[in-house]
Amino acid sequence: MDGAETPLLLVADLTKVYGEGDTRVEALRGVSFTVPAGDMVAIMGASGSGKSTLMNILGCLDRPTAGRFELAGEDVARMTRDELAEIRNRRIGFVFQNFNLLPRTSALENVELPLVYSSVRGGEIAARARAALERVGLADRAHHAPSQLSGGQQQRVAIARALVNEPSLLLADEPTGNLDTATSLEVMQVLGELNREGMTVLLITHERDIAGFARRVIVLRDGEIVEDRSNDGGRAPRSGGGGTGR
Amino acid sequence: MRRLWLLLRVALRAIARNKMRSGLTVLGIIIGVAAVITMVAIGEGASTMVQSQIASMGDNIINIFPGSSVGPGGRHGGAGSASSLTEEDAAAIAQHVPTVKAVSPVAISGGQVVFGNQNWSTSIFGGNTDYLAIRSWPLAGGSHFSESAVRGAAKVCILGQTIVDQLFGGLDPVGQTIRIRRMPFTVIGVLERKGQNTWGRDQDDIIIAPYTTVMKKLSATTRLSMILASATSMADIPQATADITQLLRARHRLAPGADDDFTVRTQQDVADIAGSTARVMRVLLAAIASVSLLVGGIGIMNIMLVSVTERTREIGTRMAVGAKGWHVLVQFLAESVVLACLGGALGVALGFTAAKLVAHFARWPILIAPASVALAFGFAAVIGVFFGYWPARKASRLDPIEALRYE
Repeated sequence: MDGAETPLLLVADLTKVYGEGDTRVEALRGVSFTVPAGDMVAIMGASGSGKSTLMNILGCLDRPTAGRFELAGEDVARMTRDELAEIRNRRIGFVFQNFNLLPRTSALENVELPLVYSSVRGGEIAARARAALERVGLADRAHHAPSQLSGGQQQRVAIARALVNEPSLLLADEPTGNLDTATSLEVMQVLGELNREGMTVLLITHERDIAGFARRVIVLRDGEIVEDRSNDGGRAPRSGGGGTGR
Repeated sequence: MRRLWLLLRVALRAIARNKMRSGLTVLGIIIGVAAVITMVAIGEGASTMVQSQIASMGDNIINIFPGSSVGPGGRHGGAGSASSLTEEDAAAIAQHVPTVKAVSPVAISGGQVVFGNQNWSTSIFGGNTDYLAIRSWPLAGGSHFSESAVRGAAKVCILGQTIVDQLFGGLDPVGQTIRIRRMPFTVIGVLERKGQNTWGRDQDDIIIAPYTTVMKKLSATTRLSMILASATSMADIPQATADITQLLRARHRLAPGADDDFTVRTQQDVADIAGSTARVMRVLLAAIASVSLLVGGIGIMNIMLVSVTERTREIGTRMAVGAKGWHVLVQFLAESVVLACLGGALGVALGFTAAKLVAHFARWPILIAPASVALAFGFAAVIGVFFGYWPARKASRLDPIEALRYE
């Protein structure tokens, strides 16, 4: 049953080359893996290991030089800019290290942002944004600007924004990089909870503690996967059916 | 609808956030639009005044001057320099040209006018009983001279208001006797005030008398200064002009190909001259307006480029959550169009105010044409699109990865 299902992410022999001639850099050299729906995977690696490049491609912000990349059965490797934008809008929720919230714009409007570019009916936008804020426990902060929120709250707003379009994949790029330990824990708990509710989470980090929240860890070095293991940290092992963890 | 509002809201907020900067940016557009509206209002006001004055000159007037025309402006001042027109010409026109309603021979003279111890130098226009009717000039008091007064070259006259003011003070001139070049004339009527004409001449500085009187008693000539005629309608003016020309050429025995020894000028010609002046003025205004709006547009483009650079991270974020190229393009285009329209609206308001002030303080008639307001405003909006497009396109083509990383 597990193998028969289409994986949410299918990456096969992915390469990415920057520059030409003397300045040619191979950021990814043949990366292959699959991620089933409902998983929580941490991608680790030192800076320069190619994890940012991989994250950009998985986030449909960039296109690979060669290789296959399918997201929920759709081949996105050869899509145009605007097609990629639509995939990002429908399928992917981003959580960034520096939150990337629009300044001087209320939490609610920040969360509304992906819906503005989607096919969601105009009248539903505010209600759905409110629901997403409620999910991360910030309903009472809807009209606060990012500058009036703590770092942890800002990251939770960003998570609400990532969720609001009901994406297939939550892509978190060093989500705790700018947060202190206590707040990091809080944010990781939110992500863990979302995963238990069925959301596929892809975590890019260089911190072992943070990677410990994932069920599976992929380690990159010099553009290649050097380690791909399921986490033995005692966290709930992946259930075969991929159903809701509860 | 809501989505459109969300887009517009982003633009409005971006503008409101930098009030000072936005204000300075749109200043160029404000000044440009205000300049167009004020100047067009002044120009149109003047042009309307000219048109109404030309219309007030009389009823479908046709002027026939002796001497050939040299160009626009012609022989008006030189009446009498050639002397090809006679009373018989006038009579023939009245008799043979069906599109002519009335004809008056005109004799013009000038001289010292004395009443009591007051004296004044003025022009004396001689006409027949139709003269004032052709010029659409009613009497303010008294009566017109009669057919027999014309036949008998009676020494009667009708005074313009300036003469009344200069010679009579508060007195009623009708029935009084004045001396024109020492000859006694009985004042039988007073003209209504007409004011200055288009070229600033006082039209009320005039005395009207029978043309026979002017010719025999004042000028001692048998030739007319000009012939004044009126066509049966505006539409008949060209036909009347052609018929008069043909008739006079035949009467004057001019060989085919020879120049006319007279000039026919209609109200339309005068209106055309005034119209061409107005056209030149309009082109000038358009040039000034284009330059100021161009400068305003460049200002908008400049600030939009700054805005795009400042908000690179924001653009990156928007792209990451799914904004397509055109979403970003429209967002920035909306901002520049809103800026330009804001400038346009403020410019319209400023233009109105300036025009009203000019009207009030310079006593200049103004006419604010709705078309010029619409045009100026529309042009401002077009400027917004035109000069906003490049920065907006630049924004829409940013690489999302680099935009997200931009510091």
